[in-house]
Amino acid sequence: MATAVFRPFEHQIADPDEVPKKHYLNAGFSAKSWLLTVDHKRIAILYLITVTLFFLIGGLFAVFVRLELMTPAADLMQSETYNKMFTMHGIMMVFFFLIPAIPAILGNFLVPLMIGARDLAFPRINLLSWYIYMIGGVFTFAAVLFGGVDTGWTFYTPYSSTYSNTNVILAAVGIFITGFSSILTGLNFIVTIHKMRAPGMTWFRMPLFIWAHYATSLIQVLGTPVVAITIVLVGLERLFHIGIFDPAVGGDPLLFQHLFWFYSHPAVYIMVLPAMGVMSELITCFSRKKIFGYEFVAFSSLAIAVISFLVWGHHMFTTGQSIYAGMVFSFLSFLVAIPSAIKVFNWTATLYKGSVSYQAPMLYAIGFIGLFTVGGLTGMFLSTLAVDVHVHDTYFIVAHFHYIMVGGTIMAYLGGLHFWWPKITGRLYPEGWSRFAALVVFVGFNLTFFPQFVLGYLGMPRRYHVYPEEFQVLNVLSSAGATILGVGYLIPLIYFIWSLKSGPRASANPWSATGLEWQTTSPPPTHNFDKTPVVTGDAYDYAKFARENAKAEEATLV
Amino acid sequence: MSEHHPALAHHFEDLDQQFEAAGLGMWAFLVQEILFFGGLFAAYLVYRMSYPEAFIQGSHYLDITLGGVNTAILICSSLTMALAVFYGQQGNRRQLILFLFLTIVLGAAFLGIKAVEYTHKYHEHLIPGPMFHPEEAHPPQMQIFFALYFAMTGMHALHMVIGIGILVFLIYQARQGRYSVEYNSPIEIFGLYWHFVDIVWIFLFPLLYLIGRH
Amino acid sequence: MGPHLVPKRVYYTIFAALLVLTVVTVIVAFIDLGPFNNLIAMTIAVAKATLVVLYFMHVRYSGKLTWVFAGAGFVWLIILFVFLLNDYLTREAWSNLLTGHP
Repeated sequence: MATAVFRPFEHQIADPDEVPKKHYLNAGFSAKSWLLTVDHKRIAILYLITVTLFFLIGGLFAVFVRLELMTPAADLMQSETYNKMFTMHGIMMVFFFLIPAIPAILGNFLVPLMIGARDLAFPRINLLSWYIYMIGGVFTFAAVLFGGVDTGWTFYTPYSSTYSNTNVILAAVGIFITGFSSILTGLNFIVTIHKMRAPGMTWFRMPLFIWAHYATSLIQVLGTPVVAITIVLVGLERLFHIGIFDPAVGGDPLLFQHLFWFYSHPAVYIMVLPAMGVMSELITCFSRKKIFGYEFVAFSSLAIAVISFLVWGHHMFTTGQSIYAGMVFSFLSFLVAIPSAIKVFNWTATLYKGSVSYQAPMLYAIGFIGLFTVGGLTGMFLSTLAVDVHVHDTYFIVAHFHYIMVGGTIMAYLGGLHFWWPKITGRLYPEGWSRFAALVVFVGFNLTFFPQFVLGYLGMPRRYHVYPEEFQVLNVLSSAGATILGVGYLIPLIYFIWSLKSGPRASANPWSATGLEWQTTSPPPTHNFDKTPVVTGDAYDYAKFARENAKAEEATLV
Repeated sequence: MSEHHPALAHHFEDLDQQFEAAGLGMWAFLVQEILFFGGLFAAYLVYRMSYPEAFIQGSHYLDITLGGVNTAILICSSLTMALAVFYGQQGNRRQLILFLFLTIVLGAAFLGIKAVEYTHKYHEHLIPGPMFHPEEAHPPQMQIFFALYFAMTGMHALHMVIGIGILVFLIYQARQGRYSVEYNSPIEIFGLYWHFVDIVWIFLFPLLYLIGRH
Repeated sequence: MGPHLVPKRVYYTIFAALLVLTVVTVIVAFIDLGPFNNLIAMTIAVAKATLVVLYFMHVRYSGKLTWVFAGAGFVWLIILFVFLLNDYLTREAWSNLLTGHP
């Protein structure tokens, strides 16, 4: 019998009989059941805890950086110490937070659920990925404990390979090991998406989150090994002085940069593509509308993955590569912006004439659109050879990549965490606080990083802790913004933990969203679905709610 | 009633899906191996182009006989590995174990010859670094040739060692009766890895041993 | 169903071909063919690798997806090489062109 008119977000709190008695979280309480789990959902939780830990460590280094930059003089720390601060901030944030966060937490949890599978293709390799991540983390943290690294997260030779007196090898070993965690996760996702989709789930019926993670996984598998072998070469050079980057015997330090950036540029797309996948899920749900241009968004993910490998030289415009190579890389860098722009257009078009509401996930998503656009457009400036010569190695670059990494990826990560939190934990977080925190994050972010565009354009170099006095006001604004941003991050940390015990219990589909993950309980059972789902329609069929409402109305009229 | 083969993992529908997934997984791993070694080949490409004479002179220190014999040994080991897969698919445990064992023997022989070569290089003071001291006059960039020689053959040898370790494990599993006509995919999957390591050497041999020999 | 059973004689044939090609590559190395030495050596190596991939690694008998995976690895390697050469081969020539210095 047709029921009353459906209103989205109406049924967020679970009825008592809806609360699942057995699910993946209470399937075992021993340490062994967690540390030897092969359940992708539990592995996602393991990552959630440890990734958050590394985020806090990386954030701590940022605090020291911004503290020192409050004043023009070097009054908090010596140059060598400051070098270590920004280096370790970069290493922790890039390798231990940004690269794993969305894929290893949200991806691990959701990929099997979204395609209707019982687990990833290789559950034990999934667990191995986490252990490898942790071992790498231990080595890198050891480097921190034993006095730090000061080469910059980019490890340029010959400083890293010959002249630095810090714990380069320890950090390099840690990053080398963690790279394999990334490779194995990517490998797992690729095979899973090819081989384990539920009946009826064709490629073009998959959620765009899956397309995004597929594209990300391609980059992880194809790019990471190159930086791995490059790190090995730096280690060999440092330990045995084999000469491979030593100009005295004909070695070329620029070769390191080529090999390093061959991975590290695509790596930034490892960081942003999953965020774009989250975006497609959030924008559609909170506009109650299917995505505009599904195929365009899907193929743009693949295009980004491929073209991202062709642009790395734009990090080397001023370092001595040939001008011709610079021009080729510049042109290709313009090209790689196109698929990203397509996504932004399509998300915006999805909003148009949608039924938009502003819960926390949507606030983060809308923030992403604006901030990613700024980050992306400033990337166009940097692709322009002449402009880059002026602003390379200044705070303009720092602002550009933080707009994408923090304004983009972290916002999407937080939006996704909020969106799927009820599914992952079976609990609802407080709505009011979540919206407030999202606004605090947005304000704090812009206050931190917009002044840095100005600083960079005016000429303040990056990685310097001493600067001319006239830059102080902007630096103080930036540091003040960082404090606000920190508060904005702290608030969800508190209420998420609070919600685990005291949040209302969530229904199976509190957001009235489409997608197979919402067809199972919150939290899901260990085996994900009681019966393997069969897919008969496209993704994002938000129109079905209107159809069902129309049927219900007809029924009442009869 | 569907039979539930003991080797079928709970998240797969059937052994076919499991085997196809395992194969794809190994190929994805080999793709990253291609790029892993590829970084070394890229360095080789750049430096050989930049310093052709230094590379020719460096190559002349390598023993073509030992290198050629090693190439033949690895090709034989690929044959024995392929035959191990063949007999594994047929459920012939004795022949499977025999050919896995032969593959180990050949792999060990390869590593033995490499150890001999490395020892020669050590005595000739050709280890790159502060001890690099060849007797003949040479361009300084010849050290880079040897840096790449040791890095590339060393990384290759490490992969061989790991491969031999896995072969030992496979023999152990075979003796426990784990493999049958229905389930022998680990042999085939490992075979892909072993053949890949052979392919790396197929490129290393001419690139390191046969430069400017005319 | 299951993987294709390749007859043993195919393996023996490929094995023989690989050994022959190895001998050829060594012999040709001692003949002075100028710039063609490199090309021939690499062509033979690629031929040997192809035989191993197609027959020992069963790609000849595998689905399209396996071909795509195998191919992708080599394509990405080529990308790395091409773009590296794009820099290294043009360093002197272009700076001479633009600055007018020899």
